[in-house]
Amino acid sequence: MTAIDRALPAMRPVGVRSSPLAAVAPWLLGAAILLALPFVFPSRTGFTIMNAIGINVVFALSYNMLLGQGGMLSFGHAVWFGLGGFAAMHMMVAIDKLALPVPVFLLPLVGFAAGLLAGAVLGWPICRRAGTPFAMITLGIGELIAAAGLMFVTVFGGEEGIKGDRVVGPMLFGLDLGPQGGVYWFIAFWVFAAALAMWAFTRTPLGRLSLAVRDNPDRVPFIGYDPQRVRYLVFMVASGFAGLAGGMAAVNYEILTPQIFGALTSGNVLLMAFIGGLGAFYGPILGAVLIVLMQSMLSDYTEGWQLYVGLLFMGLVMFAPGGLASMVEGGARAVRRGDWRERAPAWASGALAFAVLAAGIVLLVELAFRAHGGGALRLAGLTLRPGDAMGWIIGIALVSLGAGLLRLLTRRGHDGDTARPA
Amino acid sequence: MSDLELRALRKSFGSADIIRGVDLAVPAGERHAVIGPNGAGKSTLFNLISGAFPPTSGEVMLGGERISGRPPYEINRRGLSRSFQVTNIFHNMSVYENLRCAVLWSLGYRYTLWRSAAALKDAAERSREVLHLIGLDHARETPAGLLSYADQRALEIGVTIAGGARVILLDEPTAGMSRAETDRAVDLIRRVTEGRTLLIVEHDMGVVFGLADRISVLVYGEVIATGTPAEIRGDPRVREAYLGEEAA
Repeated sequence: MTAIDRALPAMRPVGVRSSPLAAVAPWLLGAAILLALPFVFPSRTGFTIMNAIGINVVFALSYNMLLGQGGMLSFGHAVWFGLGGFAAMHMMVAIDKLALPVPVFLLPLVGFAAGLLAGAVLGWPICRRAGTPFAMITLGIGELIAAAGLMFVTVFGGEEGIKGDRVVGPMLFGLDLGPQGGVYWFIAFWVFAAALAMWAFTRTPLGRLSLAVRDNPDRVPFIGYDPQRVRYLVFMVASGFAGLAGGMAAVNYEILTPQIFGALTSGNVLLMAFIGGLGAFYGPILGAVLIVLMQSMLSDYTEGWQLYVGLLFMGLVMFAPGGLASMVEGGARAVRRGDWRERAPAWASGALAFAVLAAGIVLLVELAFRAHGGGALRLAGLTLRPGDAMGWIIGIALVSLGAGLLRLLTRRGHDGDTARPA
Repeated sequence: MSDLELRALRKSFGSADIIRGVDLAVPAGERHAVIGPNGAGKSTLFNLISGAFPPTSGEVMLGGERISGRPPYEINRRGLSRSFQVTNIFHNMSVYENLRCAVLWSLGYRYTLWRSAAALKDAAERSREVLHLIGLDHARETPAGLLSYADQRALEIGVTIAGGARVILLDEPTAGMSRAETDRAVDLIRRVTEGRTLLIVEHDMGVVFGLADRISVLVYGEVIATGTPAEIRGDPRVREAYLGEEAA
């Protein structure tokens, strides 16, 4: 878990004396962004992507509550997401069938309750261990629930999953959940509410203690708290918020299959949190935005997008273990100190080296994809065929140049993280 | 009545007997030092008292109540707090946050998640008091891991006493310090343990003889002598077993 240990100290000591305005400003900014987005991207595709981002923002934040806040590396966070989602889905079906006077708008709360309850029951044995055993147990539980998902057809619908209709029950706030644009406001509301609640959690005594448990669990019993109990409670709350994200997904997609429990979902949320950065509250938000964008946009251009997500993950773990957030923090620090002008050349050259390296890798990967099936790669007026040597030579040259530059920069830049690719 | 009492306390790891029947009574308000050569079992004794592990047999009594066999957090809540030989603080948290976490339980905050920690006035006040007491006002927002060694040791003591425990156990609080730093630490220990019961393990004989009301000598898991500094200094068994020419 050394990578995680390296990722965590980036967490800045939480300012106890920040001014009220400084505390409120990011939330006003967030609200403004949520309000403005539909006018910037009013297309159907835009809403589809933004809604997916919103769900994953909540999911990734709940994951970071576990990992960043509690130091618990879970490989099974999809379990709570899925269980919350199915609970909300069944409720949605029930609203339709039994004509219950429950607004669909509130279904994420059903997801929250289901996630919390499932986390309370299954979390009891899981949280009896910490560290690597904890990670292994979550992996096991994840596989177990994924398998159970296919076995219990009445609950999870088998391979076809469970379908629902979100345009049922009473309306809330006069919001029509039929069109994607209507769903956007539903998602935006819950993203804001859940993020605010999770942020508030970090400020509570339990939130502060979970940082202490993450930092040094052996000391905690000697200040009067049971670290196992702290972990368990944090685990429950994180499961609840994962379930809330699942409830959002149920309403947004109107279909859930047991695939949702799979390792892919659990792996994805880990990637989002890690790539965004565990050390800052907003880190996972950046990660969720980036990963969903890569998923939905890159996949139009290349079959290799998952490979690129993997490479990005590796690159960040190796060169910027604090994720995107650590780069933002580093930049902000430099601006505050007023030495960003001196640092800018190092950042620019780092970014350039990184871009050259990335271009080379992409070129090689895309050529390799085309080696079977034989299409040509056309870009910038060049037509490169996997059968010709030209493309491969350019690719290898770019990779060598980029890697060489990076090496040169990191070797020279021992004055902190200035020469890291930013 | 004794604040802290050990009765026929034993601890074995496998076939190795580390603590071999220790009886000790520390009256309320006494500063009591435990000395002994390396490997005598001093740290194990502290671990038994604070609940880090249970004794093989025997009892630990705190204010007349049996605490042996209880987990460390329950023992801590009953008013016994310890420090560690190897600095054991929350390195990624600020000095202030270290102290605030350490005061929470004693002020009645459990695993609370419906209040803001920053809004707890009593916790803030108590944390500030301790911060001032250990002389780290200037380092309030510094991550504990970035403090100098001596300041980390002071914070270690601060975290230990912050909860207001009646009985304080300090495990080699001045280990690795320079003369000047040691003097400051002793002064700090005097101030923070005023009116409390102190059990201290210490290798620096200057510190021990200057600070302790009474001293117990632990050798191979047994207390071979207990008495005032003068009595211990004059005890021939102690000289033979441990002090040697140091105290001469």
